[in-house]
Amino acid sequence: MLSMLRTMWEIFIHLFRKAETVQYPEEMPYLAPRYRGRIVLTRDPDGEERCVACNLCAAACPVDCIALQKDAREDGTWYPEFFRINFSRCIMCGLCEEACPTYAIQLTPDFEMCEYDRQNMVYEKEHLLINGVGKYPDYNFYRVSGIQTATKDKGEAINESAPIDTKSLMP
Amino acid sequence: MSDLMLVLLAVSILAGGITVAGVLVWWERRLLGFWQDRLGPNRIGPFGIGQLGADIIKLLFKDDWVPPFADRFVFVLAPTAIIASMMMGFAIVPFAPGVHIVDLNIGLLFFLGMSGLAVYSVLLGGLASNNKYALLGGLRSASQMVSYEVFMGLSLMGVVMITGSFSLVDIVEAQEEVWFCFSQILGLFVFVIAGIAESHRLPFDLPEAEHELTAGFHTEYGGMKFAMFMLGEYLGLALISCMIVTLFFGGWMGPSIFGDWVPPFVWFSVKVIFVINFFILLRAAIPRPRYDQLMDLGWKVMLPITLVNLAITGAILLWMREVV
Repeated sequence: MLSMLRTMWEIFIHLFRKAETVQYPEEMPYLAPRYRGRIVLTRDPDGEERCVACNLCAAACPVDCIALQKDAREDGTWYPEFFRINFSRCIMCGLCEEACPTYAIQLTPDFEMCEYDRQNMVYEKEHLLINGVGKYPDYNFYRVSGIQTATKDKGEAINESAPIDTKSLMP
Repeated sequence: MSDLMLVLLAVSILAGGITVAGVLVWWERRLLGFWQDRLGPNRIGPFGIGQLGADIIKLLFKDDWVPPFADRFVFVLAPTAIIASMMMGFAIVPFAPGVHIVDLNIGLLFFLGMSGLAVYSVLLGGLASNNKYALLGGLRSASQMVSYEVFMGLSLMGVVMITGSFSLVDIVEAQEEVWFCFSQILGLFVFVIAGIAESHRLPFDLPEAEHELTAGFHTEYGGMKFAMFMLGEYLGLALISCMIVTLFFGGWMGPSIFGDWVPPFVWFSVKVIFVINFFILLRAAIPRPRYDQLMDLGWKVMLPITLVNLAITGAILLWMREVV
């Protein structure tokens, strides 16, 4: 009985507390930079697409909402011919971002993606690609990886040693 | 009062009662929001009062559907019983000196009878729905009402003994010197609890109990029929609050230190609003008991308290009469 009276008093005191409510459309809540919202495809500092169409994001996606097709440029680098994310399926889990070896696919702090037509939730590459580097401004995959391209030979990447001649016994 | 005035009063009570019940829905949601560190409905109109209109529009435009397996006649009739009986209950409430529809010499019994009739609404609604959840809700409400009505009536007998009359006007006038909430503190305690059970509001809303019975007796109801159940519930809340104020807090009379410049009706309204807010606080604070706990509380705690109150009140009255 006494505990009930105490409960009632404690609840009543809450009348004078500030409400926790964020009045959303007028008052935007703070979203951290690493908030998992709308997915984008970023570009490297030179303005080229980062995505190398490795398909790891599509493989990691638990709801299979990513579809893409590999194509190769003349210099040997890969890029996606099409890249499609069905946002009506996407659960914003961020596993694609974790799987991506080139920091191409990134999640952004934007969740306002309502559509009247469900078909409009399917984003193509032109909708996903942004003119920016996203969260990793200096990263350029082809500069740091050992992949051989038309413009860069083995051992020429940043922080990469020259290839070892495995046939030689010299140190 | 002339006949015309009576008709006007009756119409204004009818309209006012329904408006108050509607406003209460919004007010309760708002207040519960504040008590839970939220804001509650505040979007439509100033302070969100337009929520009332929006709710009515929504309920009016809903499909008025009667399930094919239900007993159609009783199903449609059930929600009207609660509104009719609750509105009848307002007929005897004295809002101010001379402002009441009838001053029955059995006023209190009339009120108890009307609140007893309200159970038919819940019971028939639960039976006619032909749904096991609704049936369980109806069963629960029947046994809850029967057991709580016993000491709801008995708890008021102390007041009746002191006053020597069942008329509510007489009861209010008998509280000229001291309100019955002091001399009948046990009676007040029991009546408040029985009142909550009678209007089946939280914490005693076991007929609905959405965590176990989906929505209890009104599971199959929707649209305006559901709205009528809600209206009846809030009318019941208002009626119980009016009765508590009339029987225990001096009705329209204010404390004498304030003089008589405040109109009696304002006193009455202030007290009623206070009691209603108290009921909403109870809803916000107290969890719902288990069903056997509810019955235990009724028969093993409330009934003995009532009987003790009755015996003490009777003994003191007899003793005082001998002294005088």
